Amino acid sequence: MATNETPLLDELEKGPWPSFVTEIKRAAAGNEMAKDVLLQLEKSYRDKVGYWKHGGIVGVMGYGGGVIGRYSALPEEFPNVSHFHTLRVNQPSAWFYTADALRSICDIWEEHGSGLTNMHGSTGDIILLGTRTEQLEPVFEKLTAHGFDLGGSGSDVRTPSCCNGMARCEFACYDTMAACYDFTQEYQDELHRPAFPYKWKFKFSGCANDCVAAIARSDLSIIGTWRDDIKIDTAEIKAYADGGMDIESDVCGNCPAHCIDWDGKQLAIDNSLCLHCMHCINVMPKALAPGDDKGAVILIGAKAPIIEGALLSSVFMPFIKMEAPYREIKDVVEEIWDVWCEEGKARERIGEFIQRVGLGDFLEAIGVEPIPEMVAVPRENPYIFYEEFFEEDDEEGEDE
Amino acid sequence: MAIFEYGDVSIEVDEDGFMLEPDQWNEEVAAALATTEAVEELTEEHWKVMNYLRDYYLEFGVAPMIRKLCKETGFPLKKIYELFPSGPAKGACKLAGLAKPTGCV
Ligand code: SF4
Ligand code: SF4
Repeated sequence: MATNETPLLDELEKGPWPSFVTEIKRAAAGNEMAKDVLLQLEKSYRDKVGYWKHGGIVGVMGYGGGVIGRYSALPEEFPNVSHFHTLRVNQPSAWFYTADALRSICDIWEEHGSGLTNMHGSTGDIILLGTRTEQLEPVFEKLTAHGFDLGGSGSDVRTPSCCNGMARCEFACYDTMAACYDFTQEYQDELHRPAFPYKWKFKFSGCANDCVAAIARSDLSIIGTWRDDIKIDTAEIKAYADGGMDIESDVCGNCPAHCIDWDGKQLAIDNSLCLHCMHCINVMPKALAPGDDKGAVILIGAKAPIIEGALLSSVFMPFIKMEAPYREIKDVVEEIWDVWCEEGKARERIGEFIQRVGLGDFLEAIGVEPIPEMVAVPRENPYIFYEEFFEEDDEEGEDE
Repeated sequence: MAIFEYGDVSIEVDEDGFMLEPDQWNEEVAAALATTEAVEELTEEHWKVMNYLRDYYLEFGVAPMIRKLCKETGFPLKKIYELFPSGPAKGACKLAGLAKPTGCV
């Protein structure tokens, strides 16, 4: 590419940081699509107008999701990006690849698309940026021949994702990769053939450090935890203290439950108050560890701030053992889908749906008993209607 | 905008092949569009889906939610994909002459 064609974009190459402009220029050396992307973007910067048209409907046979259609609004000026569709490809659990697998994806994409990739999108997928409609089936065929499949898009189960859990991390309270793979296989139909009011995300984190941001980004967050006592290695505690750690302020002082005591010799944790936040374990990983009775807490209803505001997910099942085939979780999920698909409005995430109908009615509809752990904000509302109280009165023949 | 031609049919379509003037739709147009979506022959079952989509669209101005489509036609989603391999939104709605759906189906 001539060096003077993109003066505004060139500004973004300055400084010590990686630059997408530099990367796209490298791709543009051998790919006309990548070149036109840059030229169109330069024009957008100059005119302060986006030149991608909104929304196309393209796909591969048998699937309703996985491809996001995109067209240039200036096809005459930038013919090589007149079509610029994105493919989402289901990443392997926790993003473990062999170098060969990565090469095969890049080779396919250089042959059939712009060669540009985004590793990875915020949902977790491999994102292949920019191809033409007539290339979709050939790409899909080659990807599947190499053992890959498309991910979710639109109003379906989005590609589930997980932290690298037991593969690399001693904090993992369950096998996130196994669970993620299992759910992905179980819900292939829901993943490829959108039929929901809106998207549904599963994310699996092995502990409360929540490396895949399940609590902020997934409709169902499955986060590892334990229900017995934190394990303490007294000798290692002493080693941390001898090494100069200020246990009082750095460990006890930052415990959100204020349930750790340190007298200069002994560390004592009141486990009945512990919130399982991982803080103390993160600070003293050699001395403290999650207990032995491990499992996961299931939370529901998070979403990023599009359409309505952002939501964090809140506790739905306080503790569950994570053992295949995870039937207990799946039964509830399927129950929730039935109710949400029947009563949910278009583009309403489950968190918004629960807010709209109220947690009480939602639980009744899916046949789950309310429990105190589900209260997201305790003592928020003093005007509580105790149904049981009135029912008891009924028996005594008093008023409704 | 592109012109789609097949046999005697000649209609204006957008990039995705959806009709720009849904008023010009007729059964012949549907049969012509079917050739672009891997539908070999329009059977009674195809028409059941398309008629439902058209009636709903003419009444409400939008495509129905997929679940509603399945319920009202009695076809599970799998069956809809068998009839229209490119799916209800891209396949069935296009053949039924609906404007391009923006969400739902
Ligand atoms: S979420 Fe927890 S278990 Fe998973 S990688 Fe992060 S720290 Fe380790
Ligand atoms: S896990 Fe968190 S709440 Fe529990 S003891 Fe450690 S710092 Fe306190």
